[in-house]
Amino acid sequence: MSVLTRRAAPLRVPTRSLHMVERNVMAYRHNWIVILSGFFEPVLYLLGIGFGLGSLVPAVSTGGHTVSYAMFVAPALMATSAMNGAVYESTSNFFYKLRYAKTFEAVIQTPIGVEDAAMGEVIWAVIRGCLYSIGFVVIMEALGLIASPWGGVLSILAALLIGFAFAALGVAITTFMRQWQDHELVTLALQPLFLFSATFFPITVYPTFLQAFVEVTPLYRSIHLIRGLTTGQIDATLLVDVLYLVLLGLAGVAVASVRLRRRLLK
Amino acid sequence: MSLMAGTLHVVEYNALIFRRIWRGSIAVSFFTPLFFLAAMGVGLGSLVNRGSGGVNGVPYLDFLAPGLIAAACMQTAAVEATYPILAKIMWEKTYDAALATPVTIADLIRGEVVWMTIRMFIVAAMFWIVMYLFGVGHSLESLLAIPASVLTGLAFATTTMAFTATRRNDSGFAAINRFVIIPLYLLGGTFFPIAKLPLALQALAWATPLAHGVALSRGLVLGNIGAADALLHALVPLAYFAGGLLFARALLMNRLAK
Repeated sequence: MSVLTRRAAPLRVPTRSLHMVERNVMAYRHNWIVILSGFFEPVLYLLGIGFGLGSLVPAVSTGGHTVSYAMFVAPALMATSAMNGAVYESTSNFFYKLRYAKTFEAVIQTPIGVEDAAMGEVIWAVIRGCLYSIGFVVIMEALGLIASPWGGVLSILAALLIGFAFAALGVAITTFMRQWQDHELVTLALQPLFLFSATFFPITVYPTFLQAFVEVTPLYRSIHLIRGLTTGQIDATLLVDVLYLVLLGLAGVAVASVRLRRRLLK
Repeated sequence: MSLMAGTLHVVEYNALIFRRIWRGSIAVSFFTPLFFLAAMGVGLGSLVNRGSGGVNGVPYLDFLAPGLIAAACMQTAAVEATYPILAKIMWEKTYDAALATPVTIADLIRGEVVWMTIRMFIVAAMFWIVMYLFGVGHSLESLLAIPASVLTGLAFATTTMAFTATRRNDSGFAAINRFVIIPLYLLGGTFFPIAKLPLALQALAWATPLAHGVALSRGLVLGNIGAADALLHALVPLAYFAGGLLFARALLMNRLAK
């Protein structure tokens, strides 16, 4: 097949992504301590902000319920950590492989296609995020911050979905990056998401027009989903969150595949 | 070469590099405090003020902002004294090149410390301006929080530089960040009073330069610190700075001397 027809061919459903995942598992085998230590950050935030500062904060009202401050903050930290893990894996690490290690140039010489590679990177980022989520839910349960065991189990699945959406978004954005300095923009964008998405205080402190704006941002929807599950306020609005994240993730994978094709199939 | 000239060449080298990235760096130094004071100081602060009428008799924003300046300098030091320094030691071998000129190892160390002081001064000054815009620290004395915070950062800069001098790769830096810098940032007196920690952790916190730097900066901005307390809170970071400098010097001399 000529390059032009390969580029123009419709996107294939990725069926060989797991080979890409296997490659990443092998590459990280000797560096597992880096992965493990990522687990500590959200736990420290939970202790410092949730309990330390939380001792100065009264119970918080969220969606009609009143919960302790630690119970309010913990699900937000879980969603944020799923986002951060997925974004860093899919931007910095992915960029290095794309730009310097030329990993994908090697990969597509095999029967693994560009779609498999893009999807494989997303799946790997999701697996890594999942490990953190399970650890964090165990801590939350031990500290009595989860209303029902089902909520805890479902929140892990929700964290997987959040990881998928942000990893896909991250891979898509990275295909547009030219240099390392562009990553500062990612950091600069993540910071307000982290601080203003009803992470540390309910959005009712904002004026109404700002509330509407925050409500359509991805981390807000993620936090809303996990908070609903762990505090036991399960209703139809959580389906909106799920739909939002699924669409975001699929759009990310599609953009990433198209861009990677253009870059790799020469 | 005179003492000053060699040092200044090292500073000049760093300034020339910085010229390429200063816009992004200044933007980050401005937006980070803006975002943090708006979210944590005002947003979360409204919950704290409602719940406990502020902290230590002042609104939460006033309690938080001056401490965050010192913490920001600590974070700047933790970055500037790790990757860039190791790059110059072994990845890019900048120091080997510099030492082929009349610049000495002592010049390199002095130059790096002066440069990091300038970087932290920019960070602290930007933060102070943002804090001022939020209506905190409207007194002349409050400007002293800037040097107090830079001093706090320097305590971390030289000690971290000594650690960096012993490294063969960058894997220790993530550990320093996760096991030292982030715990200190979250538990070291910036976000809530150290008295809220368990007793054993309180003792540990007061053994670190951050707790004293935060107390000093906060006392100067709020104007409620006595001279004796201020001196004590300045001496602890100063001691870390001096000790770190001695170690960094010995270790770098050992590594770079051929």
